[in-house]
Formats: sequence, C-alpha cells, structure tokens
Amino acid sequence: MEIFQHILNALQFGSFYALIALGYTLVYGVLRLINFAHGDIFMVGAYLAYFIAVTLLGIGGLNLGMHIDPALALAITVPVTMILTALVGVTLERTAYRPLRRKGADRLYVVITALMAGLVLENGNLALLGASRKRFPDMIDKVVWNLGGGVSVTNLKVIVIVAAIGVFMLLQFIVTRTKIGMAMRGISYDKFAIPLMGIPLDTIIVVTFVLGSGMAGLAGILFAMSYPILEPYMGALIGWKAFIAAVVGGIGDIRGAIVGGFMLGFIEIGVVAVFPSTLRDLFAFSVLLIILWLKPTGIYGVAQTTKI
Amino acid sequence: MQKYTATIVLFAFIALLVVLAQFSILDRYYVSVLMFMGVNVILASSLNLVNGYMGEFSCGHGGFMCVGAYVSSLCTVLMFSKNQILGAPLLPPQFAFIGFPLALMAGSAAAAIAGLVVAVPSFKTRGDYLAIITLAANYIVISAINNMEIIGGPRGFMGMSATERAMQDMLNIPWVLIFVLLGTVFTVWILRRFVSSTLGKGVPAICQDEIAAEIMSVDTNRMKLIAFMLSSGLAGLAGGLYAQVLGYVNPQSFDIMRSTEVMVMVYLGGMGSLSGAALAAILFTVLMEALRFLDVWKWVVIPLLLILLMQFRPEGLMGNKELSDLFPKLRKYYSFK
Repeated sequence: MEIFQHILNALQFGSFYALIALGYTLVYGVLRLINFAHGDIFMVGAYLAYFIAVTLLGIGGLNLGMHIDPALALAITVPVTMILTALVGVTLERTAYRPLRRKGADRLYVVITALMAGLVLENGNLALLGASRKRFPDMIDKVVWNLGGGVSVTNLKVIVIVAAIGVFMLLQFIVTRTKIGMAMRGISYDKFAIPLMGIPLDTIIVVTFVLGSGMAGLAGILFAMSYPILEPYMGALIGWKAFIAAVVGGIGDIRGAIVGGFMLGFIEIGVVAVFPSTLRDLFAFSVLLIILWLKPTGIYGVAQTTKI
Repeated sequence: MQKYTATIVLFAFIALLVVLAQFSILDRYYVSVLMFMGVNVILASSLNLVNGYMGEFSCGHGGFMCVGAYVSSLCTVLMFSKNQILGAPLLPPQFAFIGFPLALMAGSAAAAIAGLVVAVPSFKTRGDYLAIITLAANYIVISAINNMEIIGGPRGFMGMSATERAMQDMLNIPWVLIFVLLGTVFTVWILRRFVSSTLGKGVPAICQDEIAAEIMSVDTNRMKLIAFMLSSGLAGLAGGLYAQVLGYVNPQSFDIMRSTEVMVMVYLGGMGSLSGAALAAILFTVLMEALRFLDVWKWVVIPLLLILLMQFRPEGLMGNKELSDLFPKLRKYYSFK
C-alpha cells in the first residue's frame, strides 16, 4: 500500500517539474533559446503570490486593513499572480532578449544574458527582501482524504496534479490547434520566412513568454501553498531540475515536458523510498546523464540534421 | 635575446611578488587576493579552451574543480597531517615540498578522468544538450561528495594547512604563493602551446564547422576528448591550489555559482582569446574585491554588468584576438609560435 502513497507524492512533485518545464519548452520550441531565468521567474511568482495573499488576508507587514475570506483571496491571488509573473517574463524578453535578437546576436549571448538575468532576479530579491524566509499563509483548509490501507491524499495534492494536467492539455491545444500555435511552430521551423508570411514575430514571441511565465507563476502559487517556506534561491534548484525534465522529455515538445516532469518526480520519490534522501539529486542527475547519453535528443526530441 | 624578454620579465615579476610576500611588504590580504587571481586565471583560461576555442557551452567547470580540490587535498592530508582516516601521516614533513605538487598532479589527473563523463557524451551531442550534461556532471559531483561521510560530506574537509606548515618548517618562504604562480604560468603556457600546435588547430576547426573539420581529417572525437580532459584537468589543478589557499573545502563552494563565475570571466574576456581570459580573470578578481562594500548587491551588479556587456560588446573585451594581435610590436619580445 505504501507504493500508492509514493506514487501520489511522485505525481505531485512531477506536477511542479512539469509546470515549470512547460515554460522552458515553450520558449525553447519557439526561439531555440534556453531561458535560464525561468526557474527564477517561478521564484518571483511565488513571492508575488505571497505579497498578494498577505495583502488580501491583511496579515504580516502589508496590512492595508483588508480581511478577505481566504477562498476569495485565493481566487484573486491566482489570476493576479499569473498576470504579474507573465509581466515579469515579458519585461525580461523586451529589455534583455529582444534587443539582442534585433541585432542578430549569436544564440550563445542570449543564453548568457538569460543566465545572468536569473542571477539578477535571485540576488536582487535577496538584497531587497533580506535573507529571512517568508512563510506563505494558509489559503485553503487542508482536507485529508483517507483512501484506505494507510494511503491518504490532501486536497492540495489533487489540485496540483489536476492543474498540471489541465495546463498541459490547454497548452497542447493552443500549440497544435490554434492559429497562434501554428505561428509558434512556424517560427521554430523558420524564423526568417515567417515574418514574410505576414505573421507578427514579436507578438507571437510575447505570447509565448506570457504563457510560459504565467504557468511558472501558477507553479509558484501551488508550490508556495504546498511547501509554505519561501526563500530567494528556491527557484534555482527546482528550475534546473525542471529544465532537465524538459530536456529528458525532448525540449521543444509539450508532451516531452509533461513526460519528463513526471519521470523526474517518479525517479526522485523512488530513490527516496529506497535510499537515504540525500542521494536524491545524485540519482536524478545520473539518470539524466544516462538518458542523454543513450538518446541525446530526449524522448520526444527530433534530431536536427546538419547540412553540409 | 630580445625574444626572451617577455619570459624573463614574467619570471622576474613572479620573483618580485614572492620577495614582496616574503618580507611582508605585501600584506596577507593582498597575497591572498593574488593567489585567488592565479586560481581564477587557471579556471578561466582552461574553460576558455572548451567554451571559447571549441565553441561548446560547458557550464559545469566547478564540478571538475571540486574533484581536483578534494583529491589533492585528500592526498596532502593523508601524507602530511594527522587525520581520521589513517591516523598518523604517511610521510615525514620533509617531503612536503615534493608531495604537494604530486598531490596537485593526482588531483588534476582525477579531474581529467572526471572530464570523461562530459567528453564521451560530447561525441554524439552538441550545443544545448551538451550544456545540460556538463551541468548534470557538476551536480553529480557535488551531491556525490555531499554523500561521502568519510571526507566530511556537506560539512567540508580540512587539514590542508599542515602541508603548508610542513613546507614552511623546512624553508620559510611563501610556498603556496609560489605554487599558485607557477601553476598559473604552467596553465597559460600549456594552453598556448596546445592551441597553437598543429594538433590543437583541430579545436577551433570543430568550433567553425564540425563536419568540415572531419572532412579535413581532423579526428573530432579525439580532439574533443583531449580538449575536455585538458580543460577539466587544469580545473582540477585550480581546485587543488584553491583548497590549499583556503585550507578548507566544502562542496557548496564548487556549485553552479562557481561555474557561473568562471563563465563570466571567459565571456568577459572574449571567447577564444587566451590573454583575454587571463586578463578578464584578473579584472574580475579585482572587481569582486573592489565591490566588496556592496555586500549582497555585488551579485546583482556583476550579472548586470555582463548583461550590458552582452548588449553592447557581445564579443567580450578582447574578441577572439590575443594581446599580440592588438599590439603587434609585442611579438618581438617573446618566442612563441
């Protein structure tokens, strides 16, 4: 019976990885750019959610006298956080990536800029808000459902898993069925021919960043609700791991992000179930290394042929 | 005689620094900054071989540095100080000045072997995927060491200063400074020899076009193997020296932040420029010390500087030019090919 409990935990962890990996994969799929700042956008999302929630609930330092019912507060927090996080992502795109793209700079420079932007977000947060950790307020009443045989599931866990799968289906729909998704796929296929077809390149890229960063914001809220301690470096490790999930799945493919995310979740929980938990990262990264060794493009990835 | 001027000036300068340190004219703070400078020059110029000359994106240099640091400090501690693993030191302290470079070599060799973890997958993968492999290698090294209780695990490992004391008991000169400076010169020398050799020309050829290089009879797999192993081996040397300078290592000091730091130096200096990497490493160390008053904001300012650099001068300070390309007259003073 213990195994079902582990599976549920793995699904929850996998959902976080998948939600963040979706953002990596979307941006990579369109721009061929590893947005290394994405993990930190997730962190910014969690912090934004914290400040909004604290303000709405009227607790902590930001007491504006509002005492909104927690359920309503959550209903406001989720969309507002997603919008604000998306704004952060778009700002990053406008200020850092777009000028480089306009200049036709080498892809590598954009990657370095992304890496540095992530550091700026992390350490800017540390410098502005200090090293003290923030405790995320309880927004929903925890309900534990006993499934019998010692297996229990909280409502939060169910919400997280459902959210990840819902987001996946939404994004899969957008990318494969809508006009904007078609434009995204087009840009990834040929960035130079697409503007000639009358498709606004920059708009599509902004939409991509809105979608990716919005999902990172959602992941931030859900993570903060599940593990209510926030610190500036929380985005770094989980971001790297989500990125690994995206790569293992085959970066640039929405299905890959979901498969990779859940796979990483299962590997980590599986390792913790058998070995001491300190070995978790070691195993997770070793498995990644072996997968990339055997199939360098990931599960859903397609090898790019090089022409002479 | 004229063509040896640069070499003579270099060694005279090193001798001057050692003398200044010996008679405490240079106080301990400056000496330690100088040593970190040396370590950073080794790190930046060795990463430059892979990220600059070969055009790959390796972001796990800290991991190899970690391997070198741990292996060489383990060697020195086993040989020259009392420890929990073997108890009494293996060798009498008179051998410290021979044992220490041997330990450094062992550390470099171990790091070079660790470099295989990245080198072998690089036969099949390139670009982004290889970047992930290097990143994973970094994390694997850190978490493996975190899990080894015998060498301290996350608490770190210490006891290296006994070696320095043993060397100083024999002859009281700043040994560690000498080794750092010699290591730095050795690294730059060997990298310069390598990339200007006929064999080493294969490395920039891979950067330009791998397929064309292969057609031109460059054994690309072998070149990648050599480049990765040389680069990680030298990172291991830097790690060994770093551990000796600090007298203490812990796995967290070699994590992704360290790798990022080294990348900053390489891209600041300009990809594919050895003198650029070395100058950037010196500049970066000075900058880190000069910005110390900024405290936490330091790590906001430095990435911002690099972002601005990427916007306005993406090729770095030197581009892919060497110092001798910018000042051709310098060529008269040294005898490198």
